Amino acid sequence: MLGLQILIDGFAISSLYALGAIGFTLIFGVSGVLNLSHGAIMVVAAVIAWWVGGFGSGPYLGALAGVAASLACAFFTYRVIVRPIQNSRAIPREEKEIFVLTATLLWGIMLQEATAYFFTNNPKTVRPLVEGVIMILGVRTPLNEILTALLSWIAIGLLYLLVNRTRTGKSLLAASMNPRGLTLLGFELSSIYVLVWAIYGVLAGIAGVLLGAFLGVSSDNAGVLTASAFSIVVLGGLGSVSGSLIAAYVVGYLETMTAYLVNPSIRTVPVLLLLVAVVYVRPQGLLGRR
Amino acid sequence: MRISSGTIVLGLALAAPAALAADPIKIGVIAETSAISGVGIPNAAKMAAEEINAAGGVNGRPIEIVDYDDHNSAVDAVRAFQRAAQQDKVSAVIASYISEVVLALEPWAGRLKMPLITPGAASNEITKRVHDDYDHLKYVFHGYLASTQIADVVCEAGKSLMVGDLHAKTSVIMSEDAAWTIPLDEEYLKCLPAAGIKVLDHIRLSPDTTDFTPIFNKIEGEKPDVIVTGISHVGVQPTVQWQQQQVPIPMYGVSSQATNSTFWKDTNGATDGVIFNMFSAPDVAVTPKTIPFAKAYQAKYGNLPGYAAYTSYDDVYMWADAIRKAGSTDPDKIVEAMEKTEYVGTIGHIEFLPKDNTFAHGMRIGPGYITGLMVQWQKGNPVTVWPANVASGKMTFPEFIKLPQ
Repeated sequence: MLGLQILIDGFAISSLYALGAIGFTLIFGVSGVLNLSHGAIMVVAAVIAWWVGGFGSGPYLGALAGVAASLACAFFTYRVIVRPIQNSRAIPREEKEIFVLTATLLWGIMLQEATAYFFTNNPKTVRPLVEGVIMILGVRTPLNEILTALLSWIAIGLLYLLVNRTRTGKSLLAASMNPRGLTLLGFELSSIYVLVWAIYGVLAGIAGVLLGAFLGVSSDNAGVLTASAFSIVVLGGLGSVSGSLIAAYVVGYLETMTAYLVNPSIRTVPVLLLLVAVVYVRPQGLLGRR
Repeated sequence: MRISSGTIVLGLALAAPAALAADPIKIGVIAETSAISGVGIPNAAKMAAEEINAAGGVNGRPIEIVDYDDHNSAVDAVRAFQRAAQQDKVSAVIASYISEVVLALEPWAGRLKMPLITPGAASNEITKRVHDDYDHLKYVFHGYLASTQIADVVCEAGKSLMVGDLHAKTSVIMSEDAAWTIPLDEEYLKCLPAAGIKVLDHIRLSPDTTDFTPIFNKIEGEKPDVIVTGISHVGVQPTVQWQQQQVPIPMYGVSSQATNSTFWKDTNGATDGVIFNMFSAPDVAVTPKTIPFAKAYQAKYGNLPGYAAYTSYDDVYMWADAIRKAGSTDPDKIVEAMEKTEYVGTIGHIEFLPKDNTFAHGMRIGPGYITGLMVQWQKGNPVTVWPANVASGKMTFPEFIKLPQ
């Protein structure tokens, strides 16, 4: 009974983690950017979905608005924060990564504070798309929890199809392997970057809205959400999408087991210990290439 | 230059309360303004100051509220407190609803001889320190109830609501790990059994918890008749998850975030059926001042006041009265006058306990003073369900709750 409960709850949270981390790792893989405003963008998506949904427009319109807000944030992050640094001649090439890191971190804090200012830092919960519970072999499971896992996997599946089955998607993959070669073939790298940020915006938006409906989100969570995506991505191997998926399940189940079997107050501790161990023993992560 | 009649009228209006041209008496307000309960503290204080000024001020001087955002951090609060005392020269301070923050400010109130009152922190330690070191810390007043007193109100109400009406026999205590819940839980463990409710388990959860599923799961496995809460830092998330997972056990006790009128919207209505403790509510005339204040606050700020807004409003009036009686802003004289407070505020008849009481400078509770209410969220409205003589409705629960047989 408890085992099944852990299996179900762990699956839902892990799927959500996977969705949240996959965009983060995609951007790193394709354009080498570690976007530390990730958590804040997820928070914005959730809070806007809550806000728009609160006008009686229903959960679907709210969710759409949340994803749109996340997309807008992602474009803004790329155009106004990241690209000027990448194109700058004043910043030496080898320092650009650290500049992008710092800039996205500060931008994330600005987004977080702005959300707290306009919407307070009280947690918000997005109205779930479906209400009610269902019994799975005696475990009472909210339908919304099942939908969360399902939607996460649909989004991940669509991304898989896009990357592996379409020409545009394949150019993304190529950019992550050899950006120079791609430009030599006549592809415009900047349009590929715009595309990857757009995909990222949609994925982070869906993850934010689902998280807002599943557990609720406060602007205070921004840092933790970035850290959790970061841990998953480091564990899975920076830039490796399949590594991130596996790592998301390792993290999700480890946390859930800790919460159920040991103590909910220390649910993130074993993951952090594991992360330290991975950095020692296998710094490239589970499936990392670098 | 052409002087319009409007300018003259404006000029006359400004000149009319001539007294108010005098130097203002400043009161510092330190709170976490990005939280909905927190921003109620400066909001309500400003309302009180405007009313006092409209009535002529204090000793011919207007009251000016100087507010500081402490971002819920003790370090920021101490810095704001020092600035208030040394640079902005305030005469008294109203600060925070977080016990950890107030406990950090307390020694500074002593060092800087700055009168301080908290409108919402609950730790017993605040008044215990005043009792233990009165000469240094006499500047500190407790404008909210101590955790032990709050637990007593919850247990007292539990006798009639939980044992009497619901026939509850067992409970699990679910509290967040914070300074204010240590004495709260200690008292719960004593007073719940005395009220006829056996405590099956006592769960202290981390205020950082976001997923409460394992906690509710564990509680449900123990089959209590009621979950007795002690939560303030958390609120929206456990409430929403309780409803989404359809945990069939009523939640009853202290849930500070539930005292805000925005709580219904923040939880998308998941709070339906939650019962929480308050000392004043917008639907009950605890005193003749309660309802007019709640209405005026709602008209001005768009939402009903949270718990710390009622007390913050009263605190400005009490400081103003103390300064008026003291005839000066000398801190020792203010303290002396404040100790003699007999004030009917929005939360009841307020008197401070003497220095030999263990709750020195805490408020006197009991019939005729401050009694407390239990309020339940019902279909979007907070409805007072206890005590019976002021209740505006009966308890009802959402369908997924299975009441004890």
